[in-house]
Amino acid sequence: MGLLSRLKEIFTGNKPEEPEAASEPVTVPEPSAAPKSAAAPEPVTVPEARPEAKPAVKPGDVKVEKKPETQEMEEKPVAEKITIGHVHMSGCTGCLVSLADNYEGLFTLLDNYADLNYCLTLADVRDIPKMDVALVEGSVCINDHHSVEDIKKARENATIVVALGSCAAYGNITRFARGGQWNQPQHEAYVPIGDLINVDLHLPGCPPSKEAIRNVAVMAYLLLRGTDEQKELAAAYLKPLMDLAQRGNEACGCDLIYDVINQGICMGCGTCAAACPVRAITIEGGKPNVDRDLCIKCGACYAQCPRSFFNFDVMNQFEAISEAIDAAMGKGDE
Amino acid sequence: MVLGNYKNCVSARAADPAILSASQDGGIVTQLFAFALEEGIIDGAIVAGQGDEPYKPEPVVATTVAELMEARGTRYTICPNVSMIKEATRSYGLDKVGIVGTPCQIQAVRKAQLYPMGMRAVPDKIALAIGIFCMENFPYQGLETMVEDLCNVKMESAVKMDIGKGKFSVYTERGAVSQIPLKLTHKFEQGGCHVCLDYVANLADVSTGSVGSPDGWSTVFTRTKAGESIWGKAIEAGYFETKPIEDVKPGLDLVTKLATDKITKNQKTLDERASFGVGKGLRNPYI
Ligand SMILES: Cc1cc2nc3c(=O)[nH]c(=O)nc-3n(C[C@H](O)[C@H](O)[C@H](O)COP(=O)(O)OP(=O)(O)OC[C@H]3O[C@@H](n4cnc5c(N)ncnc54)[C@H](O)[C@@H]3O)c2cc1C
Ligand code: SF4
Ligand code: SF4
Ligand code: SF4
Repeated sequence: MGLLSRLKEIFTGNKPEEPEAASEPVTVPEPSAAPKSAAAPEPVTVPEARPEAKPAVKPGDVKVEKKPETQEMEEKPVAEKITIGHVHMSGCTGCLVSLADNYEGLFTLLDNYADLNYCLTLADVRDIPKMDVALVEGSVCINDHHSVEDIKKARENATIVVALGSCAAYGNITRFARGGQWNQPQHEAYVPIGDLINVDLHLPGCPPSKEAIRNVAVMAYLLLRGTDEQKELAAAYLKPLMDLAQRGNEACGCDLIYDVINQGICMGCGTCAAACPVRAITIEGGKPNVDRDLCIKCGACYAQCPRSFFNFDVMNQFEAISEAIDAAMGKGDE
Repeated sequence: MVLGNYKNCVSARAADPAILSASQDGGIVTQLFAFALEEGIIDGAIVAGQGDEPYKPEPVVATTVAELMEARGTRYTICPNVSMIKEATRSYGLDKVGIVGTPCQIQAVRKAQLYPMGMRAVPDKIALAIGIFCMENFPYQGLETMVEDLCNVKMESAVKMDIGKGKFSVYTERGAVSQIPLKLTHKFEQGGCHVCLDYVANLADVSTGSVGSPDGWSTVFTRTKAGESIWGKAIEAGYFETKPIEDVKPGLDLVTKLATDKITKNQKTLDERASFGVGKGLRNPYI
């Protein structure tokens, strides 16, 4: 039985359509009673056998004392959530809008997996609290001591620091003032957060797509609260993004040239051109051509290129993973 | 994993003679997209359209069967189909996108779905990804040299090119065939293909190629739930003739052999890259 079908079972096994769950306020479905997932699809070659399934954490963590008056809560037992904070440095709020763009999905995330315990405009909290995951948007203005203190505090208080978006990861437009987005004259020196603190994970993009943020949020939840096998999947999924953070704090369309074309492994698929938010890339003669006057140095092209990283373990299970994420988000269940 | 995960494999060809007339093999790609378009399963498909120069394709978003028909046939040169993927969902506003591509392009599509950093509104809009088998591809200048210098045929007068039975063949509008041994083409191959570990588009919804099936027919794998369901509906609607793959020659054995050859050869290249220099290696994209 594949890891992913188990994962899906775990998510779907808790779904409200269980008749008993509706009438009995605190039914905690036994993980073993879950195989109602008739899905169990392709018995076909999944790369390597993973360790035997352990019981899901979710049911065990359900607060059984929860009182029957809160009808919705009973229908969907809630596991221990993780805490996520959105730390706003010098960014345009595009990354936050992208997160919010998940619409109902955002509520599902907040209902089931994460408490947003710090976020300008969305959570009424002044000081950066302790949190599991800090999503940091924007670069740090080093002329402003508040910003520098904030980023240090975020690092101290968060277990995982995610550079959300290209400004946090690479400086992006805040460094280069391209596209007419000028800095204020008294605030002229911006550095990506990785210049000042250790960053665990880069999620580049200007902004990263809402789906990318959703996937990382679900995977962060599994990494911190999942069973051993869920942790294993989440770690495999997140590793390339962690490697991106180790790779450095500067990115450009040139990375395609240095790390892909110059290394003889570009095959002209055009993904980089599609990923570029400012259409700086065209494919000429079967290879990307980067217009450096347009490039805002967001690094999306390199991150998206299938020859920058491609983890077969994860990608070969794209169907099951997509279904599991859909199930986690309460949709797409067949 | 040489043939990837799949649910079913058959030999098939399109039922519509108009589609078959200029398709590469069994017209699977064009016929399946046409069916999906008519049924509303896709709103359009990214295919390799006719470019400005002969046999130099450009990706286009086809939203009509006529546009799909224009793009039939194989152009053995790079066509960056994935470059249109965001264009298709954003500028064209398609909610259900079809895309055809070589195995590497399908890998890019799946990465775009699982790690969609720069792919807003793409992941859930890929409705049908058709993969085509691929041993290697050629840069345009390489193809031009093969056709014009080695096969002695003007690009403008070629009506079809084909790789099979150890030969690269060019068919001309006057009915002549010019062939060279495949061995002569190797030096024109795209370098990036030599690290490619996929022959039969393992990650597609449906993948197809000529190898394994008789001339004019294609070998078809259905790989995902979506792929299987769309293929099943198309069969039910009478869009394809099929034969069990076990009943045709040369069958799956040859597909398995070629896939194994490609993966073994390219894995060796990857391994060699690790110690290509003196105490130094070249990048491996798969770690
Ligand atoms: C570079 C390359 C190498 C190939 N190598 C093999 C092989 O080793 N063994 C094998 O069995 N088959 C191989 N094929 C696949 C085969 O040539 C046919 O494309 C496939 O069988 C589909 O034929 P069809 O009649 O079903 O499709 P058709 O109805 O003819 O449609 C073909 C579709 O492919 C698209 N297309 C054409 N050229 C390209 C391109 N360069 N990049 C992306 N899309 C394109 C067209 O736009 C069209 O939509 C290769 C194809 C290519 C492009
Ligand atoms: S995405 Fe990567 S492999 Fe594809 S064209 Fe761009 S650089 Fe080449
Ligand atoms: S080329 Fe485009 S995607 Fe790449 S870094 Fe520059 S702006 Fe970003
Ligand atoms: S051999 Fe691989 S890398 Fe080259 S075009 Fe074919 S699928 Fe792409």
